[in-house]
Amino acid sequence: MKFVIQVNEGPYQHQTADSAYQFTRAALARGHEVLRVFFYHDGVNNGTRLTSPPQDDRNIVSRWSALAAEHGLDLVICVAAAYRRGILDESEMKRLDKDAHNLAPGFRISGLGQLIEGVVLADRLVVFGD
Amino acid sequence: MKIKKCLYVNRRAPYGTSYALEAIDMVLIGSAFDQDISLLFIDDGLFQLKKGQDTADVEIKNHSPAYRAFEMYDVEKIYVSKEAMAARGLKRADLLVDVELLSDSRIKELMDEHDIIFSF
Repeated sequence: MKFVIQVNEGPYQHQTADSAYQFTRAALARGHEVLRVFFYHDGVNNGTRLTSPPQDDRNIVSRWSALAAEHGLDLVICVAAAYRRGILDESEMKRLDKDAHNLAPGFRISGLGQLIEGVVLADRLVVFGD
Repeated sequence: MKIKKCLYVNRRAPYGTSYALEAIDMVLIGSAFDQDISLLFIDDGLFQLKKGQDTADVEIKNHSPAYRAFEMYDVEKIYVSKEAMAARGLKRADLLVDVELLSDSRIKELMDEHDIIFSF
C-alpha cells in the first residue's frame, strides 16, 4: 500500500511525533511504500538539527534523518509553517537575511501542494496529531 | 492528475489555534490542483463562518473574509452540521456564506463518499 504520513505536532511534548516515526518504520519494514512524510503545523519542529536531547533520551530528529537516509524517504516540511517557527534551510537563511539555518539532513522545505499531490497519488493518508 | 473527492473538516473555533487559518490556506492551494473539494463545519468549527468577527483586541488577523472568496475558487460545496448549529443557537442568517445543513447521520455518509479527509 502507498502511504502519505502527516505529522501535526512537535517532538517530545506529544507522543504523536514518536508514533508517526514508529508507524512509518513499521510500514516500510512490512514492504509498504511511504511516498512522503509531510510535517505541518508545530510538526515542522521535527526538522531542526539543533535538537539536543539528554543522552539517555531518543533523538527524534536524527531518527527521522537516519530513516530517510536508509530508505530514501521524502521528508517535507511545510514552508509557511516552518518560516513562522524559525525552521530555515541555507538558501532561505540568505534570502531572509538571517544569521543561522537549522534544517536537519534528509528534510526539505516545500509547500502544501506537496501534501495534496502526495495524497492524490497515495492509497492512504495517515495523520498524526490531535 | 487524478481527481479525488477531498473533504476538509473544520472542527475548531476560528481563533485560539491556527487550524482555521491553515485550513483556508490549504483549501485555496488545493483548489489549484483541480480536485473535487467540499468543506464541512462541525462542532465549534461552525463559529468560523459566523458574521461579524472582530479580532482587533486579540491582535490576530481576521481571516473570515476569505470564506466569501471561496466561490471565486470554485469551492462551493459547504456543509454544516444541523445539530451543531442548533446546539450553538446559530441560524443560516448568522453565517457569512450559503451552506447546506446536514444531519449527523448524513455527515457520516458524506465522509464515506469522500476519498480523502483533511481534518483541521
